[in-house]
Amino acid sequence: MTVKAPAGLLSTRGLSLKFGGVVAAEAIDFDLMPGERLAVVGQNGAGKTTFINICTGFLKPDSGQVFFDGTEVTGRNPRQITRLGVGRSFQMPQLFTEHTVRDCLMIAASAVRSHGGFWLPLENAVDPDEIEATLELLQLRPRAYDLAGALPEGQRKLLDVAMALVLHPKLMIMDEPTSGVSTDEKHGLMAVLMRALEERRITSIFVEHDIDIVRRYATRLAAWVAGRIAADGAPEDVLRDPAVIKNVIGG
Amino acid sequence: MDASLIILALMDGVSYAALLFLVALGLTLIFGVMHILNIAHGSLYAWGGYFAATLGLAITSLSLPPVLGLPALFVAAIIIGGLLGTVLEFFLLRRILDKDPILQLLVTFAAFMVLEDLQRLIWGVQPVFVSDVVGQLGTLEVAGVTYTRYQLLVLPSVAVVAFVGLRWFLRKTALGRQVTAVTHHREIATAMGVNTHRVMWLTMALGGALGALGGALASPTTSFTPGIGAEMMVLSFAVVATAGLGQIGGAALAALMIGLARSFSIYLMPELEVLMPYLIMVAVLLVRPEGLFSTVATRRI
Amino acid sequence: MPSMRLAMTVAILVAAVLGITLSVPWLKTPVLIALADGLAVTGVIVLIRAGQVSFGHAMYACLAGYGVAFIGRAFHLDALLLVALGTVAAGLAGAVIGVFMVRYRGIFFGMLNLAFSMVLFSVLGKFGAVTGGTDGLRFDRPPFAGFHLQREGFEIALLVLALAVAVMAGWAVQYYFRTVDGQALAAIKTNETRLEYLGISAKRVFWRGYTLSAALCGLGGSIFALTQGLVTPDMGYWVRSGEIVFIAVLGGSAHAIGAFIGAFVFSFVKLYAAALLTAWQLVLGLVLIVMVFVAPTGIFGLIEKRLGPRPAPGKGGSA
Repeated sequence: MTVKAPAGLLSTRGLSLKFGGVVAAEAIDFDLMPGERLAVVGQNGAGKTTFINICTGFLKPDSGQVFFDGTEVTGRNPRQITRLGVGRSFQMPQLFTEHTVRDCLMIAASAVRSHGGFWLPLENAVDPDEIEATLELLQLRPRAYDLAGALPEGQRKLLDVAMALVLHPKLMIMDEPTSGVSTDEKHGLMAVLMRALEERRITSIFVEHDIDIVRRYATRLAAWVAGRIAADGAPEDVLRDPAVIKNVIGG
Repeated sequence: MDASLIILALMDGVSYAALLFLVALGLTLIFGVMHILNIAHGSLYAWGGYFAATLGLAITSLSLPPVLGLPALFVAAIIIGGLLGTVLEFFLLRRILDKDPILQLLVTFAAFMVLEDLQRLIWGVQPVFVSDVVGQLGTLEVAGVTYTRYQLLVLPSVAVVAFVGLRWFLRKTALGRQVTAVTHHREIATAMGVNTHRVMWLTMALGGALGALGGALASPTTSFTPGIGAEMMVLSFAVVATAGLGQIGGAALAALMIGLARSFSIYLMPELEVLMPYLIMVAVLLVRPEGLFSTVATRRI
Repeated sequence: MPSMRLAMTVAILVAAVLGITLSVPWLKTPVLIALADGLAVTGVIVLIRAGQVSFGHAMYACLAGYGVAFIGRAFHLDALLLVALGTVAAGLAGAVIGVFMVRYRGIFFGMLNLAFSMVLFSVLGKFGAVTGGTDGLRFDRPPFAGFHLQREGFEIALLVLALAVAVMAGWAVQYYFRTVDGQALAAIKTNETRLEYLGISAKRVFWRGYTLSAALCGLGGSIFALTQGLVTPDMGYWVRSGEIVFIAVLGGSAHAIGAFIGAFVFSFVKLYAAALLTAWQLVLGLVLIVMVFVAPTGIFGLIEKRLGPRPAPGKGGSA
């Protein structure tokens, strides 16, 4: 049965996944439109990261489909989905710890390079202006020649996102971008990230525990409870939903 | 291939497997506890064999009662294996626990090189072969085939006792359970008050003694020359890798499998004899790299 | 290291080696062996870049050597052609074995390489009718660039070839480390997940690096074979593979020149220790143990530290 791909940037239909006896995802139907800034909330174990892992190809669902930008991507691996235009950052930043910040970005940029084969020096295969621009955008210029492994947590998070940004993604998925960062730094960090995404007109999904950050930066909020989306809509509406208050915020 | 050849190959395989198992057991035990592959382990086999031969010659030249021959093998193994194991642990392994894995391997490789040369300086390059013990114990006839009591009875018995004994030790004694704890998670064991340094020393001494025991027990049936340590190193490693690093029961089965494969190929197609252990190793690693009997997930993409 | 200074140093070293060897003729063989070893070590250095170590890479040197011997005996080709063919044979073998090999990492990668090398070693030793068995295969001195040379002349020609090849291989490996592929290879060591999430196939990158490493070992093996006029299964023994890794760490695995520094130190300590004590393994073993604790980045690492901090980044970067 051929299913006509839903309109919208990221869509899922009937997505389900069980680990042993635990329901990680249950019949999730979901549509994300270009330009949205979606926050994802839910208790630990509610299925938020599972959802992201399925959408980015790290996990295969038991049943259901995932569509990205009109193409079905169910079951494809992370490499293929990344190449279609999905960028990802992680709860624990995934960096090349023995490379400099600049080199990390260059390696990332080399994945989408427009000129040269893999035998070209890295310096010559990427656009230096673009690297500089990305460094500037994420306020990483002062650290450009430091080893990624030596950065403090906030800048590790920024670099994690920067590496994905350099791929020119259409969708950026960020898993807890402000976790591990001190409270006074959180808002600054988020502001820089969101400004960068706005400037490049990248749709975003971010998993977040901090409700203030959700209120400030999200255009839409989806709350996960026990593998299902319990509420989905404007942040203020969702935050008033009794099920959300009971299962996610309060209690 | 007629019945008597099959029986011969079987008995050959089992007695060879017994020796392989003892050496592999030591190697896998050390890896389980310290997470370091001790490349010097083959040298312990060689030193065990050479030292046992020396003791055997001493017994003869000092006109001591020949009945001491067999116990002397065990004494040799415990002394030399325990000693070398302790020295290696104290001077080297304990100090490289948190180093880069490549450096860890090279340190034990360097130790192997040092022990090889020392062995050559002590015992020379002429073959050393002291087989009195085998002659003393005589032969046995099984299903029309004559076999030495030593290879048919002594070797497999020692292997079985070692296996059962070690399992009992690890499961039923307090110290053994500490060893098991350190194997599973060193940091947690330390936090629970286990003296991990003592556990590691004990493991190296025990593992070393097992390796040396393999050599000591092999010395009455094998001629020891330079290079025998290197040969046993890679062979015992093939057993350990096939079974799964740290798997004790698995090592017994893998030793049996490789021992029998080798002995049957001697009678069926001799050129394959040396090849068999490594063909098996390649096959297992390609299909199930964590080993046949492992429960751990593999580091494979 | 600034490239001008490095190029000058290499030029001086090459001239020195050539000069000394020509005035002390019996040094030719140890120097040739050191160069052959160094080439094999550059292959292993490529793998170490990706954070992996193979305990079986001597098999590629061995394969190339036997290739040279077989082809030399059958077809009497020129030495230059033999070196090329041996290298290509090893590279092809690496490409084929690499298809399976690149799915593995860490100790499993090391073990599988070891296993393959022991299979080759056993086959070469046992199927004597074809391979000459444990005694190996001899082959006659081939012509060199068309000239039929006596032993002295052949060795000089081989030495010049080996020096040229060593310099080119060293340069090629350093260049490779700066390329898109080489930098991705280095990233395998720290974060393969990230590479996948950038859309880069770590396996494909690793496969190319593995094939290169096999070819480099093959290049070393070919030169070794021509130096000795004899190939034996021992060329592929696991202890040989271990020595190659040994030399990589001794010399310093951060830069291709470390391979040759390590190989020369190894060769000459072996020469003198063997002559004086007949216990070169003892000496070298102790040296390595001390180095692991005192200077884990090898001799090259020590030299680098002495020369002071890296110059302002640019082309230097993390290469």
